[in-house]
Amino acid sequence: MSSVRILVGTRKGAFVLTSDGSRKKWDVSGPHFGGWEIYHMKGSPVDPNRIYASQTSGWFGQLIQRSDDGGQTWTQAGNEFAYDGVPGTHQWFDGTDHPWEFKRVWHIEPSLDDPDTAYAGVEDAAIFRTTDAGATWHELSGLRKHSSGHNWSPGAGGMGLHTILIDPKNPKRMFIAISAAGAFRTENGGDTWQAINHGLRSEYIPDPDAEVGHCVHRIAFHPSNPDVLYMQKHWDIMRSDNAGTEWYEVSGNLPTDFGFPIDVHAHEPETIYVVPIKSDGEHYPPEGKLRVYRSRSGGNEWEALTNGLPQQDCYVNVLREAMSVDKMDSCGVYFGTTGGQVYGSTDSGDNWTAIVRDLPAVLSVEAQTLP
Amino acid sequence: MIRVVIPAHLRNLARVEGEVHLDVPGIPTQKSVLDALEAKYPMLKGTIRDYGTLKRRAFLRYFACEEDLSLEPADAPLPQEVADGKEPFLVIGAIAGG
Repeated sequence: MSSVRILVGTRKGAFVLTSDGSRKKWDVSGPHFGGWEIYHMKGSPVDPNRIYASQTSGWFGQLIQRSDDGGQTWTQAGNEFAYDGVPGTHQWFDGTDHPWEFKRVWHIEPSLDDPDTAYAGVEDAAIFRTTDAGATWHELSGLRKHSSGHNWSPGAGGMGLHTILIDPKNPKRMFIAISAAGAFRTENGGDTWQAINHGLRSEYIPDPDAEVGHCVHRIAFHPSNPDVLYMQKHWDIMRSDNAGTEWYEVSGNLPTDFGFPIDVHAHEPETIYVVPIKSDGEHYPPEGKLRVYRSRSGGNEWEALTNGLPQQDCYVNVLREAMSVDKMDSCGVYFGTTGGQVYGSTDSGDNWTAIVRDLPAVLSVEAQTLP
Repeated sequence: MIRVVIPAHLRNLARVEGEVHLDVPGIPTQKSVLDALEAKYPMLKGTIRDYGTLKRRAFLRYFACEEDLSLEPADAPLPQEVADGKEPFLVIGAIAGG
């Protein structure tokens, strides 16, 4: 029987949750790297025991950890993230030009075919690649040197590159997203990038239809159909049917279209999940009810999933990295909250249980389906 | 022999307990002591000083002999008591406040 491993990054360490295929009983290991912020952990698709973790601290900076045994033991990898050349400037909050400064790694995306290759999305926004299992990292500077780069500016949470999607049908094509610059696509493995924000509309920037400046929170696709992209923007759920060239809104009947994560069912490319949050000023669920919303039609028509989730006095948030799905026959869906709960569903979201309730605030959740 | 005290998180990274003892040739300075620390424990590179610039990270300070040496030049000699091993060189993390 297959098994499932959930990699949970929190404000105060990493946790690894494991279960057999029934997903009824879970073992919890951790905290690993106790006291450190673990922004993200992700395993290699071709070697699931190879896991990369972003370990960071306001005091001690950025570290990268690597495990070769599924998270039981860890080896410190390289942590030098030097921008390519003289990095120049981007826009600062006060409209002045501000030097690019590396702060932390928000996201690690292992290669689809080589466990020693992975991509890192960092703040201030840039993408790096390792081809030696994390020992060294080199910037794919064509992104930061995009003609709009000097106009990018941070959101309140920092100018982080948080989404990296690799097209399984064409690994030279990748999609990334930056807060608050927007989405970009490369067709040549990261040498050059194109802004793909046409159709996004953001009332919080001077030109709501601008090429860049949109606060994209998350993008997801189904591996079988990577031309169809789903986006949770700051406000608005968006969809593209042509790999990001054009976007249109599919928020439909959601109670609010603000939120952070978005994910796609493992076996149903038109089934997507979001967690609506009241507003950008009130980062908690509307009415104190924690509800995942599922659309089986690729957007517009949404149903609330509430069985097993708190339906009163719940004021947690669910962050952009904190939702994931497994690939079991009955798709598992998982998400973590800023209150330290990790909820799981073994039936595509119909019913939920808390796998753990009292972890530190959850920053990221990644599900692995193991042979 | 130079005695160095580093914060608990860095001791965990370096897998050491208590003080770190270093052999530092010549007159010890902030730079030579931290160079020696990073040479002996390369996992600490980037955690006390930034790569490239070697600037002290913002929320760390350097103390010795009840003095804050953080703003002293990196190549200034450390106090004789540190050079003699009578006093440790301290790398201190700022308290978070609250």
